[in-house]
Amino acid sequence: MENKTVIHSNPVDFEVRSLDAMCINESELKHPWWYNFKYLAVGLVFGVVFVKAEIISWFRIQEMFRLQSFHMYGVIGTAVVVGAISVYLIKKFKVKTIHGEEITFTDKKFNKGQIYGGLMFGFGWAITGACPGPLFAQLGTGVLSISVVILSAIAGTWTYGYLREKLPH
Amino acid sequence: MIETITQPWPWYVAGALIGLIVPALLLLGNKHFGISSNLRHICAACFPSNIPFFTYDWKKESWNLFFVGGILIGGFLSAQYLGSSEPIQVHPDLAKELASYGVTDFSGLVPVQLFSFESLFTAKGLIMMIGGGFLVGFGTRYAGGCTSGHAIMGLSNLQWPSLVATICFMIGGFIMANFILPYILSL
Repeated sequence: MENKTVIHSNPVDFEVRSLDAMCINESELKHPWWYNFKYLAVGLVFGVVFVKAEIISWFRIQEMFRLQSFHMYGVIGTAVVVGAISVYLIKKFKVKTIHGEEITFTDKKFNKGQIYGGLMFGFGWAITGACPGPLFAQLGTGVLSISVVILSAIAGTWTYGYLREKLPH
Repeated sequence: MIETITQPWPWYVAGALIGLIVPALLLLGNKHFGISSNLRHICAACFPSNIPFFTYDWKKESWNLFFVGGILIGGFLSAQYLGSSEPIQVHPDLAKELASYGVTDFSGLVPVQLFSFESLFTAKGLIMMIGGGFLVGFGTRYAGGCTSGHAIMGLSNLQWPSLVATICFMIGGFIMANFILPYILSL
Protein backbone atom coordinates (compact mmCIF):
# COMPACT_ATOMS: atom_id res chain seq x y z
CA MET A 1 0.00 0.00 0.00
CA GLU A 2 1.29 3.41 -0.89
CA ASN A 3 2.15 5.52 2.10
CA LYS A 4 1.82 9.18 1.31
CA THR A 5 3.59 11.73 3.45
CA VAL A 6 1.20 14.59 2.62
CA ILE A 7 -0.71 14.74 5.84
CA HIS A 8 -2.76 17.91 5.88
CA SER A 9 -3.24 19.45 2.49
CA ASN A 10 -4.80 22.55 3.99
CA PRO A 11 -3.21 23.46 7.33
CA VAL A 12 -5.62 26.32 8.02
CA ASP A 13 -8.60 24.05 7.63
CA PHE A 14 -7.03 21.48 9.94
CA GLU A 15 -6.35 24.18 12.50
CA VAL A 16 -9.99 25.24 12.64
CA ARG A 17 -11.39 21.73 12.60
CA SER A 18 -9.14 20.63 15.42
CA LEU A 19 -10.67 23.17 17.82
CA ASP A 20 -12.26 20.90 20.38
CA ALA A 21 -13.15 18.37 17.73
CA MET A 22 -13.02 14.73 18.57
CA CYS A 23 -12.17 13.55 15.13
CA ILE A 24 -9.38 15.28 13.30
CA ASN A 25 -7.47 12.22 12.28
CA GLU A 26 -7.44 12.77 8.60
CA SER A 27 -7.05 9.77 6.39
CA GLU A 28 -4.07 9.92 4.10
CA LEU A 29 -5.75 7.54 1.73
CA LYS A 30 -8.47 8.63 -0.62
CA HIS A 31 -11.45 6.34 -0.45
CA PRO A 32 -14.68 6.53 -2.39
CA TRP A 33 -17.46 8.13 -0.35
CA TRP A 34 -19.31 4.86 0.13
CA TYR A 35 -16.46 3.59 2.30
CA ASN A 36 -18.20 5.66 4.97
CA PHE A 37 -20.88 3.00 5.16
CA LYS A 38 -18.58 1.03 7.47
CA TYR A 39 -19.12 3.78 10.03
CA LEU A 40 -22.84 3.62 9.43
CA ALA A 41 -22.70 -0.09 10.26
CA VAL A 42 -20.89 0.59 13.55
CA GLY A 43 -23.41 3.32 14.34
CA LEU A 44 -26.24 0.91 13.64
CA VAL A 45 -24.94 -1.56 16.22
CA PHE A 46 -24.50 1.32 18.65
CA GLY A 47 -28.09 2.46 18.07
CA VAL A 48 -29.42 -1.04 18.75
CA VAL A 49 -27.43 -1.25 22.01
CA PHE A 50 -28.71 2.18 23.03
CA VAL A 51 -32.30 1.05 22.70
CA LYS A 52 -31.96 -2.52 23.94
CA ALA A 53 -30.06 -1.57 27.10
CA GLU A 54 -32.45 1.37 27.66
CA ILE A 55 -29.53 3.80 27.69
CA ILE A 56 -31.72 6.24 25.77
CA SER A 57 -34.40 6.00 28.43
CA TRP A 58 -35.13 9.24 30.24
CA PHE A 59 -36.05 7.14 33.28
CA ARG A 60 -32.65 5.37 33.43
CA ILE A 61 -30.87 8.74 33.39
CA GLN A 62 -33.09 10.09 36.18
CA GLU A 63 -32.33 6.96 38.24
CA MET A 64 -28.61 7.43 37.61
CA PHE A 65 -28.62 11.00 38.92
CA ARG A 66 -30.73 9.98 41.93
CA LEU A 67 -28.47 6.98 42.71
CA GLN A 68 -31.49 4.69 42.39
CA SER A 69 -29.95 2.34 39.86
CA PHE A 70 -26.53 0.93 39.09
CA HIS A 71 -27.41 0.32 35.43
CA MET A 72 -25.88 3.42 33.77
CA TYR A 73 -22.79 3.33 35.99
CA GLY A 74 -22.31 -0.29 34.97
CA VAL A 75 -22.69 0.53 31.28
CA ILE A 76 -20.31 3.51 31.27
CA GLY A 77 -17.83 1.80 33.62
CA THR A 78 -17.66 -1.36 31.52
CA ALA A 79 -17.36 0.67 28.32
CA VAL A 80 -14.41 2.64 29.73
CA VAL A 81 -12.62 -0.51 30.91
CA VAL A 82 -13.10 -2.27 27.56
CA GLY A 83 -12.15 0.91 25.67
CA ALA A 84 -9.05 1.49 27.80
CA ILE A 85 -7.81 -2.09 27.36
CA SER A 86 -8.37 -1.77 23.60
CA VAL A 87 -6.47 1.52 23.37
CA TYR A 88 -3.65 0.07 25.48
CA LEU A 89 -3.36 -2.97 23.20
CA ILE A 90 -3.49 -0.86 20.02
CA LYS A 91 -0.70 1.36 21.35
CA LYS A 92 1.40 -1.50 22.69
CA PHE A 93 1.31 -3.58 19.53
CA LYS A 94 1.20 -0.55 17.20
CA VAL A 95 -1.85 -2.02 15.50
CA LYS A 96 -2.68 -0.45 12.13
CA THR A 97 -6.07 0.19 10.56
CA ILE A 98 -7.59 -2.31 8.12
CA HIS A 99 -6.19 -0.09 5.34
CA GLY A 100 -2.69 -0.24 6.82
CA GLU A 101 -2.65 3.28 8.20
CA GLU A 102 -1.11 4.15 11.52
CA ILE A 103 -3.53 4.70 14.41
CA THR A 104 -2.84 8.02 16.11
CA PHE A 105 -3.90 9.63 19.37
CA THR A 106 -3.91 13.29 20.30
CA ASP A 107 -3.73 14.52 23.86
CA LYS A 108 -6.57 16.72 25.01
CA LYS A 109 -5.64 20.11 26.38
CA PHE A 110 -7.27 21.36 29.52
CA ASN A 111 -9.32 24.54 29.38
CA LYS A 112 -12.00 26.02 31.61
CA GLY A 113 -14.61 25.08 29.05
CA GLN A 114 -14.41 21.52 30.29
CA ILE A 115 -15.69 22.80 33.64
CA TYR A 116 -18.27 25.40 32.56
CA GLY A 117 -19.39 23.52 29.48
CA GLY A 118 -19.31 20.25 31.38
CA LEU A 119 -21.68 21.61 34.02
CA MET A 120 -23.99 23.03 31.35
CA PHE A 121 -24.09 19.73 29.50
CA GLY A 122 -24.76 17.97 32.83
CA PHE A 123 -27.80 20.22 33.34
CA GLY A 124 -29.04 19.47 29.83
CA TRP A 125 -28.37 15.76 30.21
CA ALA A 126 -30.51 15.54 33.34
CA ILE A 127 -33.34 17.55 31.73
CA THR A 128 -33.51 15.79 28.37
CA GLY A 129 -32.36 12.43 29.73
CA ALA A 130 -30.12 12.14 26.70
CA CYS A 131 -26.69 12.98 25.42
CA PRO A 132 -26.26 13.74 21.71
CA GLY A 133 -26.03 10.07 20.63
CA PRO A 134 -29.19 8.92 22.40
CA LEU A 135 -31.09 11.92 20.99
CA PHE A 136 -30.61 10.50 17.48
CA ALA A 137 -31.53 7.00 18.64
CA GLN A 138 -34.67 8.32 20.35
CA LEU A 139 -35.68 10.01 17.12
CA GLY A 140 -35.03 6.73 15.32
CA THR A 141 -37.36 4.81 17.63
CA GLY A 142 -40.13 7.06 16.41
CA VAL A 143 -40.36 9.80 19.05
CA LEU A 144 -40.57 12.49 16.38
CA SER A 145 -40.83 15.37 18.86
CA ILE A 146 -37.17 14.75 19.77
CA SER A 147 -36.34 16.43 16.46
CA VAL A 148 -37.17 19.70 18.26
CA VAL A 149 -34.63 18.86 20.99
CA ILE A 150 -32.01 18.06 18.35
CA LEU A 151 -32.67 21.32 16.50
CA SER A 152 -32.33 23.18 19.78
CA ALA A 153 -29.04 21.38 20.46
CA ILE A 154 -27.80 22.45 17.01
CA ALA A 155 -28.84 26.00 17.88
CA GLY A 156 -26.92 25.67 21.15
CA THR A 157 -23.78 24.55 19.33
CA TRP A 158 -24.17 27.40 16.84
CA THR A 159 -24.57 29.92 19.66
CA TYR A 160 -21.42 28.57 21.29
CA GLY A 161 -19.54 29.03 18.02
CA TYR A 162 -20.90 32.58 17.75
CA LEU A 163 -19.89 33.53 21.31
CA ARG A 164 -16.72 31.45 21.46
CA GLU A 165 -14.24 34.33 21.46
CA LYS A 166 -16.05 36.06 24.32
CA LEU A 167 -16.30 33.01 26.58
CA PRO A 168 -13.68 32.11 29.21
CA HIS A 169 -11.57 29.15 28.15
CA MET B 1 -32.68 -16.76 21.72
CA ILE B 2 -35.20 -14.29 20.30
CA GLU B 3 -36.59 -14.00 23.82
CA THR B 4 -33.13 -13.03 25.10
CA ILE B 5 -32.70 -10.39 22.41
CA THR B 6 -36.07 -8.77 22.90
CA GLN B 7 -35.62 -8.49 26.68
CA PRO B 8 -33.74 -5.39 27.91
CA TRP B 9 -30.01 -6.14 27.80
CA PRO B 10 -27.92 -6.16 31.00
CA TRP B 11 -25.37 -3.42 31.65
CA TYR B 12 -22.29 -5.60 31.19
CA VAL B 13 -23.37 -6.65 27.67
CA ALA B 14 -24.21 -3.08 26.68
CA GLY B 15 -21.08 -1.65 28.30
CA ALA B 16 -18.77 -4.16 26.60
CA LEU B 17 -20.36 -3.53 23.19
CA ILE B 18 -20.07 0.24 23.58
CA GLY B 19 -16.46 -0.14 24.73
CA LEU B 20 -15.71 -2.14 21.59
CA ILE B 21 -16.87 0.77 19.42
CA VAL B 22 -13.64 2.55 20.44
CA PRO B 23 -11.29 -0.01 18.79
CA ALA B 24 -13.79 -0.64 15.96
CA LEU B 25 -13.62 2.98 14.79
CA LEU B 26 -9.85 3.12 15.29
CA LEU B 27 -9.30 -0.06 13.29
CA LEU B 28 -11.72 0.86 10.53
CA GLY B 29 -10.09 4.18 9.78
CA ASN B 30 -8.27 5.81 12.71
CA LYS B 31 -11.43 7.56 13.86
CA HIS B 32 -11.98 8.73 17.42
CA PHE B 33 -15.30 7.92 19.02
CA GLY B 34 -17.36 11.08 19.45
CA ILE B 35 -20.87 12.17 18.66
CA SER B 36 -21.44 15.77 19.71
CA SER B 37 -19.06 16.97 16.98
CA ASN B 38 -21.86 16.10 14.57
CA LEU B 39 -23.82 19.07 15.85
CA ARG B 40 -20.87 21.25 14.87
CA HIS B 41 -20.60 19.61 11.44
CA ILE B 42 -24.30 20.27 10.85
CA CYS B 43 -23.74 23.95 11.73
CA ALA B 44 -20.71 24.07 9.45
CA ALA B 45 -22.67 22.47 6.61
CA CYS B 46 -25.89 24.46 6.97
CA PHE B 47 -25.26 27.77 8.76
CA PRO B 48 -21.54 28.59 8.85
CA SER B 49 -22.41 32.35 8.82
CA ASN B 50 -18.71 33.27 8.46
CA ILE B 51 -18.08 32.20 12.04
CA PRO B 52 -14.47 30.93 12.17
CA PHE B 53 -15.52 27.98 14.36
CA PHE B 54 -17.77 26.73 11.57
CA THR B 55 -15.73 27.56 8.48
CA TYR B 56 -13.84 24.36 7.91
CA ASP B 57 -14.19 21.53 5.45
CA TRP B 58 -16.91 19.55 7.22
CA LYS B 59 -16.95 17.02 4.38
CA LYS B 60 -13.70 15.62 5.78
CA GLU B 61 -15.69 14.67 8.87
CA SER B 62 -18.54 13.11 6.97
CA TRP B 63 -17.75 9.69 8.47
CA ASN B 64 -19.14 11.11 11.72
CA LEU B 65 -22.45 11.93 10.05
CA PHE B 66 -22.65 8.41 8.62
CA PHE B 67 -21.97 7.10 12.12
CA VAL B 68 -24.82 9.10 13.62
CA GLY B 69 -27.06 8.12 10.71
CA GLY B 70 -26.37 4.52 11.70
CA ILE B 71 -27.44 5.27 15.26
CA LEU B 72 -30.72 6.64 13.96
CA ILE B 73 -31.35 3.56 11.80
CA GLY B 74 -30.32 1.27 14.67
CA GLY B 75 -32.88 2.99 16.89
CA PHE B 76 -35.52 2.49 14.24
CA LEU B 77 -34.73 -1.19 13.65
CA SER B 78 -34.63 -2.12 17.32
CA ALA B 79 -37.90 -0.36 18.02
CA GLN B 80 -39.53 -2.08 15.04
CA TYR B 81 -38.15 -5.60 15.32
CA LEU B 82 -36.38 -6.13 18.63
CA GLY B 83 -38.66 -4.34 21.04
CA SER B 84 -40.14 -5.79 24.18
CA SER B 85 -43.79 -4.95 24.58
CA GLU B 86 -43.55 -4.54 28.33
CA PRO B 87 -43.46 -1.08 29.92
CA ILE B 88 -40.18 0.28 31.23
CA GLN B 89 -39.31 -0.82 34.76
CA VAL B 90 -38.96 2.27 36.91
CA HIS B 91 -37.55 2.44 40.42
CA PRO B 92 -40.50 2.74 42.86
CA ASP B 93 -39.12 5.93 44.44
CA LEU B 94 -38.76 7.57 41.04
CA ALA B 95 -42.21 6.39 39.95
CA LYS B 96 -43.69 7.90 43.12
CA GLU B 97 -41.84 11.18 42.64
CA LEU B 98 -42.85 11.43 38.98
CA ALA B 99 -46.46 10.62 39.81
CA SER B 100 -46.52 13.67 42.08
CA TYR B 101 -45.76 15.77 38.96
CA GLY B 102 -48.42 13.98 36.94
CA VAL B 103 -45.95 11.82 34.99
CA THR B 104 -47.54 8.38 35.08
CA ASP B 105 -47.06 6.99 31.58
CA PHE B 106 -44.04 4.65 31.54
CA SER B 107 -44.92 2.96 28.27
CA GLY B 108 -42.05 4.44 26.25
CA LEU B 109 -38.34 5.04 26.75
CA VAL B 110 -39.15 8.74 26.64
CA PRO B 111 -42.02 9.99 28.84
CA VAL B 112 -44.65 11.08 26.32
CA GLN B 113 -46.24 13.35 28.92
CA LEU B 114 -43.11 15.50 28.91
CA PHE B 115 -41.72 15.16 25.39
CA SER B 116 -44.25 15.69 22.63
CA PHE B 117 -45.18 18.35 20.12
CA GLU B 118 -48.16 19.30 22.31
CA SER B 119 -46.03 19.85 25.39
CA LEU B 120 -44.06 22.50 23.46
CA PHE B 121 -47.03 24.74 24.25
CA THR B 122 -46.54 24.33 28.00
CA ALA B 123 -43.90 26.10 30.10
CA LYS B 124 -42.60 22.76 31.36
CA GLY B 125 -42.30 21.24 27.89
CA LEU B 126 -40.75 24.36 26.42
CA ILE B 127 -38.07 24.55 29.12
CA MET B 128 -37.31 20.83 28.94
CA MET B 129 -37.25 20.39 25.16
CA ILE B 130 -35.88 23.73 23.96
CA GLY B 131 -33.88 24.66 27.07
CA GLY B 132 -32.57 21.16 27.68
CA GLY B 133 -31.59 20.66 24.04
CA PHE B 134 -29.85 24.04 23.95
CA LEU B 135 -27.80 23.21 27.06
CA VAL B 136 -26.79 19.86 25.54
CA GLY B 137 -25.63 21.52 22.31
CA PHE B 138 -23.92 24.50 23.93
CA GLY B 139 -22.41 22.57 26.84
CA THR B 140 -20.96 19.69 24.85
CA ARG B 141 -19.20 22.00 22.42
CA TYR B 142 -17.97 24.31 25.21
CA ALA B 143 -16.64 21.24 27.03
CA GLY B 144 -15.18 19.86 23.78
CA GLY B 145 -17.11 16.60 23.87
CA CYS B 146 -19.92 14.61 25.38
CA THR B 147 -20.28 11.29 27.12
CA SER B 148 -18.77 9.44 24.17
CA GLY B 149 -15.91 11.80 23.35
CA HIS B 150 -14.86 12.60 26.90
CA ALA B 151 -16.24 9.94 29.25
CA ILE B 152 -15.59 6.93 27.01
CA MET B 153 -12.96 7.85 24.38
CA GLY B 154 -11.12 10.38 26.56
CA LEU B 155 -11.00 8.20 29.66
CA SER B 156 -10.04 5.15 27.56
CA ASN B 157 -7.04 7.16 26.37
CA LEU B 158 -6.33 8.25 29.98
CA GLN B 159 -6.80 11.96 29.31
CA TRP B 160 -7.14 13.88 32.57
CA PRO B 161 -9.02 16.84 30.98
CA SER B 162 -11.66 14.29 30.00
CA LEU B 163 -11.88 13.16 33.60
CA VAL B 164 -12.46 16.77 34.65
CA ALA B 165 -15.19 17.09 32.01
CA THR B 166 -16.82 13.79 33.02
CA ILE B 167 -16.88 14.79 36.69
CA CYS B 168 -18.47 18.11 35.73
CA PHE B 169 -21.11 16.31 33.61
CA MET B 170 -22.02 14.25 36.66
CA ILE B 171 -22.02 17.23 39.07
CA GLY B 172 -24.24 19.19 36.67
CA GLY B 173 -26.58 16.22 36.29
CA PHE B 174 -26.84 15.66 40.04
CA ILE B 175 -27.60 19.33 40.70
CA MET B 176 -30.20 19.50 37.95
CA ALA B 177 -31.97 16.19 38.67
CA ASN B 178 -32.15 16.64 42.43
CA PHE B 179 -32.44 20.38 43.02
CA ILE B 180 -33.69 22.16 39.88
CA LEU B 181 -35.66 19.65 37.82
CA PRO B 182 -38.27 19.12 40.59
CA TYR B 183 -39.21 22.80 40.23
CA ILE B 184 -39.41 22.54 36.44
CA LEU B 185 -41.54 19.39 36.67
CA SER B 186 -43.91 21.12 39.11
CA LEU B 187 -44.69 23.89 36.62
